[in-house]
Amino acid sequence: MEQEHIIEMLHITKEFPGIIANDDVTLRLRKGEIHALLGENGAGKSTLMSVLFGLYQPEKGEIRKNGQPVSIKNPNDATALGIGMVHQHFKLIEVFTVLDNIVLGAETTKLGFLQKREARKKVEALSERYGLKVDLDAKVEDITVGMQQRVEILKMLYRDNEILIFDEPTAVLTPQEIDELMATMKEFAREGKSILFISHKLNEIMEVSDRVTVLRKGRHVSTVDTKDVDKQTLSGMMVGRPVQLEIQKEPAKPGEVILELSHFTVPSRDRRHRDSVRDVNLQIRAGEIVCIAGIDGNGQTEFVYGLTGLERSTGRITLCGKDVSNAGIRARGADMSHIPEDRHKHGLVLDFTLEQNMVLQRFRGAPFQKAGFIDNRAVRGYAEKLIGQFDVRSGQGPVTVARSMSGGNQQKAIIARELDRDKALVVAVQPTRGLDVGAIEYIHSQLVQERDAGKAILLVSLELDEVMSLSDRILVMYEGEIVGELDPKQTTVQELGLYMAGAKRGTERGETA
Amino acid sequence: MKNSLLHKDGVRAAFAAIVSILIGLAAGSVLVLIMGLTNDTLGLSGALDGMRLIFGGLFATGRNASGGLTFGFNPASMGNMLFRATPLILTGLSVAVAYKTGLFNIGAPGQYLMGTAATLVIALGIPTSVVPAPLLWLLAFVGGVLAGALWGCLPGLLKAFLNINEVLACIMTNWISANLVTWIFDKSQFCNMVENTKTGYIYKTTYGLTRAADGAGVFTDAAGASWTYVDGAGVATGKLGLDKLFPGSQVNGGILIAIVIAVAVYILMTKTTLGYQLKACGANRHAARYAGISDRRNIVLSMAIAGALAGAAASLYYLSGNTEFYWTSAYQSLPAAGFNGIPVALLAANHPIAVIFTGMFMSMLNIVGLQMKNLTAYNEYIADVIVAVIVYLSAFSLVIKLFLGRLPAHKAGAGHVSSGGETPPAQPEKGGEET
Repeated sequence: MEQEHIIEMLHITKEFPGIIANDDVTLRLRKGEIHALLGENGAGKSTLMSVLFGLYQPEKGEIRKNGQPVSIKNPNDATALGIGMVHQHFKLIEVFTVLDNIVLGAETTKLGFLQKREARKKVEALSERYGLKVDLDAKVEDITVGMQQRVEILKMLYRDNEILIFDEPTAVLTPQEIDELMATMKEFAREGKSILFISHKLNEIMEVSDRVTVLRKGRHVSTVDTKDVDKQTLSGMMVGRPVQLEIQKEPAKPGEVILELSHFTVPSRDRRHRDSVRDVNLQIRAGEIVCIAGIDGNGQTEFVYGLTGLERSTGRITLCGKDVSNAGIRARGADMSHIPEDRHKHGLVLDFTLEQNMVLQRFRGAPFQKAGFIDNRAVRGYAEKLIGQFDVRSGQGPVTVARSMSGGNQQKAIIARELDRDKALVVAVQPTRGLDVGAIEYIHSQLVQERDAGKAILLVSLELDEVMSLSDRILVMYEGEIVGELDPKQTTVQELGLYMAGAKRGTERGETA
Repeated sequence: MKNSLLHKDGVRAAFAAIVSILIGLAAGSVLVLIMGLTNDTLGLSGALDGMRLIFGGLFATGRNASGGLTFGFNPASMGNMLFRATPLILTGLSVAVAYKTGLFNIGAPGQYLMGTAATLVIALGIPTSVVPAPLLWLLAFVGGVLAGALWGCLPGLLKAFLNINEVLACIMTNWISANLVTWIFDKSQFCNMVENTKTGYIYKTTYGLTRAADGAGVFTDAAGASWTYVDGAGVATGKLGLDKLFPGSQVNGGILIAIVIAVAVYILMTKTTLGYQLKACGANRHAARYAGISDRRNIVLSMAIAGALAGAAASLYYLSGNTEFYWTSAYQSLPAAGFNGIPVALLAANHPIAVIFTGMFMSMLNIVGLQMKNLTAYNEYIADVIVAVIVYLSAFSLVIKLFLGRLPAHKAGAGHVSSGGETPPAQPEKGGEET
């Protein structure tokens, strides 16, 4: 049965300097469906959606709404056509209240004065109807990421949008929040709203979408009904080759103790609150992957900051037999590499070139430094080696400005840099966050390879799948404390969830060292 | 770093600067025209002369017998242009270095004043009979540089350890230095008492402290000896033959020192590990810290280098031996040479080598102003108006640069890529990101 299409994007071509982001892409969205847009990093998903939302003008192609060609020159045109978008990085004003953010740009006014009471009523009604709980008077900077996303959704609803674009909405959410979002999206679809859902998480696509359009390297690969395909097929279409979804690894052969923490505590930055990390005791041995699991915001970030020296900590840290409790970041870096949680904040200097970023820690040492000068030829050679070895793709190779690279390749560059530093301990924080299947497969295999080479790997992850499949031991962190140690081979996701939620404490095999 | 694309970016920056300069000169011409046409003594011919001087004032040689303007190589103008460019190049470098490391050094006037004070106190406080003149010159220069560096450190420390915005701290330290310097010189022995018509002037550094007959000097030291200042017994920057090249001008070796410093700054920022660290801290303080680079140390260091450059500007200006420091005990204003470093740096897109040329350009406008005053009925303040227009446009030159970046991108499509530079390139940031 041929259904009516509410939006048709026909033969869209969008070029950027040096790259064709969309090459003759056609996408048809039916009324009332959830249509997933799947592709690797850099496949052109966000670009296509930005074209639809009026942020970019395509070089070729046309957009039709209900069969009529339309011209979308800017987001205002898109809003007028009923198209709304929740961006991957939220577009909210941090110091405004939730209500102000929602009405901004669509204020009801009388004689030039804001009519906030009416706006409030409308937002409250919407919030009630869809179960999107928000505190209308809280400032955006004070609310959680999950609530910020609900604010973005309410913004679309407030403008009576009927075509909703979600750009990787689950990347920042906890498992529970993801479930809520999925339910909300289904509710929208039932009411006849049409949803475009950008993702590269296959589980979510299988769960929520009616149809999937797969893009690869800017080209349209295929559009299929979700019920006709499985995850393996989709990932194959996305990457262009069969993908190993399960991690292949041998049992760990733990060796000597590399890292030992005793009574490790990270005080809260805000003195009024209690310590972010409290009295953690643990040992990590060479040749094992130990994962710190937990729901976001339970002290994992602070734990890593304290361990790497970005924040002050108390207690004792012994790294490779040396007490580094009071050592600086650089001294700790002698035996520790760190794949940071936030690649833009910590991982890269975005305005530096790729090659400059590759020597962020090593620029002082041979062969990159000679008498205080940087040997550019050595840096170039090293960067080219890493780029080749780790398949980091970029527009102009070593001289590409890091900012212009795709997220996945930025992450690959960081991983290349950190793993090549060849340190006894690798601290990997959410190493695959926001990455596609192909890149995740690659990074996981690299970490396993490092483990087998005798490195101690401390993995901090929010993704349960990753925790269960990659780690040799799981430590669960809840409200800053290690509340349990689990063996991934003997535990279940449900049990892990109970520990993460703080409903269960204790260890399977007695206290850690 | 030496790829053709970056090169293109540099060309675009230079082009943007030239466009702003031309617009500034054109705006000045329009003003000159309006003033001429509305003024009976000037008239259209006066206005046309004025407009010719705006563009060619540096090469004006006077008027011929029939009263027409003559143009040609004017060694005095050229030499004076180089002389006045010296402090502008150095304060421009001061602003540029700080900007490259993510800091806005609006404290150059204060650092310049502190450099002035230190240089003059050393040059005028130590007799050349005790310390030989070349050594005293060096001492005074280094003293000025260090005083500037120290003064630059203060906002740096406040920024690094208390996270106080450097702009606010710089404005505070500017005024503190203004009053401090007034206090240092007020009723000091350095006031020019010989030419007693000149109240509020400090001796030129060519004046040297010399023993005088008892009771005949300007002051008596602790041992009871009487001292006075004698012209020619002090220190001054060597001419290094430049006075032969540009006879009749004030030029001295200072301009060569400034150029050498600019090249050194360029090498420091682009080729050394120190420059790498400074830029890393400026571009992303968090990432620098993550990598084990001390962000605090580099912020302080960056401001110290900026301060040292502003101090050097003051040192070279006053050690020339033909400039007098003027102040009034009631009110000390901040030196324009400090603030003018900002447009010099902006026009140069913070490139140390380009600063040499933009500094010279700004001082050329000064000469233009003088020639307008000398050769026409206009006064020299018309040049200040042009400078003001260019200052506005120099901020605008970044916009012009982005605009220039877009033009070819539309026509040429793929193949033209903007990259590098300290301003966000004109290409869309989300281009290849996480799609």
